[in-house]
Amino acid sequence: MIAQTLSETKAPASEQPIFELIEVEQVFEVPKPGRSLFSRETVGLRALDGVRLTVRKGTSLAVVGESGSGKSTLLRVLLGLDRPTGGRALYHSKPILEGRASGIAFARDVAMVYQDARGSLDPRMTIGALIAEPLRHFDIVPRQDEAARVAQLLDRVGLPADAADRYPSGLSGGQVRRVAIARALASEPSVLVADEAVSGLDVSTQAQLLILLQSLQRDMGLTLIFITHDLGVASFLCEEIAIMYLGRIVETGPTDAVLGAPSHPYSAALRAAAPQFFEPLSEPLPGEIPSPLNLPAGCRFSTRCPKAQDDCRLKDPQLGKLGPQRAVACLHPLQPQ
Amino acid sequence: MTVQITKGVADVPIAATPSPAGKSRRSVFIRRPFFTASLLIAAAYVLAAIFAPYVAPFDPVKQDFNVMMKAPSVVHWLGTDSYGQDILSRVIFGARYALIIGIFSVMIGAVGGLIIGLAAGLSGGWAEWGLMRLIDAILALPSLILAVAFIAILGQGVDKVVIAVGLSMIGPFARTVRSDVMQVRVQLFIEAAQLMSISYLRVVLRHVLPNVIFPLAVQVTIRVSEAILVSSSLSFLGIGVTPPTPDWGLMIAEGRDFVSFAPWMSAMPGFALALLLIALSIVGDGVREEFDPKLRRDS
Ligand SMILES: Nc1ncnc2c1ncn2[C@@H]1O[C@H](COP(=O)(O)OP(=O)(O)O)[C@@H](O)[C@H]1O
Ligand code: SF4
Ligand SMILES: [Mg+2]
Repeated sequence: MIAQTLSETKAPASEQPIFELIEVEQVFEVPKPGRSLFSRETVGLRALDGVRLTVRKGTSLAVVGESGSGKSTLLRVLLGLDRPTGGRALYHSKPILEGRASGIAFARDVAMVYQDARGSLDPRMTIGALIAEPLRHFDIVPRQDEAARVAQLLDRVGLPADAADRYPSGLSGGQVRRVAIARALASEPSVLVADEAVSGLDVSTQAQLLILLQSLQRDMGLTLIFITHDLGVASFLCEEIAIMYLGRIVETGPTDAVLGAPSHPYSAALRAAAPQFFEPLSEPLPGEIPSPLNLPAGCRFSTRCPKAQDDCRLKDPQLGKLGPQRAVACLHPLQPQ
Repeated sequence: MTVQITKGVADVPIAATPSPAGKSRRSVFIRRPFFTASLLIAAAYVLAAIFAPYVAPFDPVKQDFNVMMKAPSVVHWLGTDSYGQDILSRVIFGARYALIIGIFSVMIGAVGGLIIGLAAGLSGGWAEWGLMRLIDAILALPSLILAVAFIAILGQGVDKVVIAVGLSMIGPFARTVRSDVMQVRVQLFIEAAQLMSISYLRVVLRHVLPNVIFPLAVQVTIRVSEAILVSSSLSFLGIGVTPPTPDWGLMIAEGRDFVSFAPWMSAMPGFALALLLIALSIVGDGVREEFDPKLRRDS
């Protein structure tokens, strides 16, 4: 099976994390709202604010949060596409940007599946050429074995070998995502990063892709970082969950434990708003999300938090340990019933 | 095990629909009768141009003062002109000049436009601004006026016409190439390639260029007719190729004075020119619609 050829061993979760984010901050300078036509005034938009995150090898992590909470920004930092304006972002204990700048090893090891899978594929290349590109670029197989490996990869993601001769425009949405996954797997990465990889598809196609991703993650020992706003997807696919609110991870831990007994009032609200898994999040809470241009004083959730107390508007809680596996950024975490 | 489950439920089998390339190749000529007819007409012109010495019944520049301005007849199918030259032979040789001038000048325009458009689209900043202002300034003039200006500098003759018309076409080519480059370089697949640490040069060669070359090739087929029209206009104005070259524009101009009693002198080359232009533009449109994967839909 290709699963064996693609991954040597199913490494146990080791202590040495693959990614580590320490107080990562990403502030975008954006035009000041209401500035005059010729003014160059800007204000800082805190897209990421004190993000702490550890990604262990072999884990599957779901990053969950409402739109605008900073998930994609976090991803760009993890991929080394953007330099964070503050904090440290490490890959195997070295700065991520250093990893990306020093050769193609980082790019080979960390592969990405875009939300817009179709847009991520060059429309003028056949599926075969698209999958062969990383094979060649990273020198994965000798030229004469290329076609066979392309067929193998297509088979692994559940597409027939003759798909290689087609163009992306000739494939359905679900098929295009499979191609994007096959292309990501071509470099034999150890980390697969996916941004909303199953959203916008019908339920049965979603389920097929989730089963595929789950089997890939298990068989190949992939580390999976999966961005989603669907708690059902998170609980199906991922051992661990990180819940984001306004640029900060406010709760992390094993998915079942966090969703079963949330500690952060925001996690609890998200959970309560999605009684039925596999449905997109509806507006989870009354009240507007504050603007990242103007974060609330104290706890960023205090404007909407049903448990807020007086000190919540004074102190900004950082993500702190809560038991051996979990962490929460709240001054008054919920107690398990 | 899980592998089989996934495969068992894979969505719509791909093999069920015929491959798009094969499908369009098989039936495009039936599905597009005008395209087919135009292609045949254009092909006939090309053949006439290539084999002109064999198909033309007379020497196109042989003057015979015994048969001046004769109406179409069995001997001179399209009649003769004021020098007694056989119009059919001149029209056939004229295809040679039209196509040579059209193709070569468009090549000059396309290559020049590709280089400038690519540079402008990729460089950004001041370099781009400068290049585009230059192109804008050039584009402010219609290509015929520009070509006239270049002819004024270069002088007359077939080679000069090719260069003048070619230079006058760089502007529009550069502008479309630049806008295509700008469109392509912000596409997600470009970021995806950079994410793979593929070098800038390779990204440009493998992903930007192919996505720009194709629309450019379509432009070339469409603009050949424009180049032919401009070059004929130059000749018509008497500043293009020089007599007695059998050039259609020149022939139309020569017949202008005799149009009331020898209308075939202008009408025959005019008809040849119009038919070629129409055929080329239909072929160009068909090529674009048929072979652009972005426009093409399976199903
Ligand atoms: N390049 C950028 N420049 C300015 N603001 C940005 C940029 N990228 C993201 N943002 C802002 O950062 C915040 C987080 O965005 P994003 O990471 O895309 O959220 P999510 O993916 O969770 O929906 C949003 O308010 C967004 O407007
Ligand atoms: S710190 Fe206070 S306001 Fe913030 S989430 Fe906890 S209880 Fe709510
Ligand atoms: Mg996003």
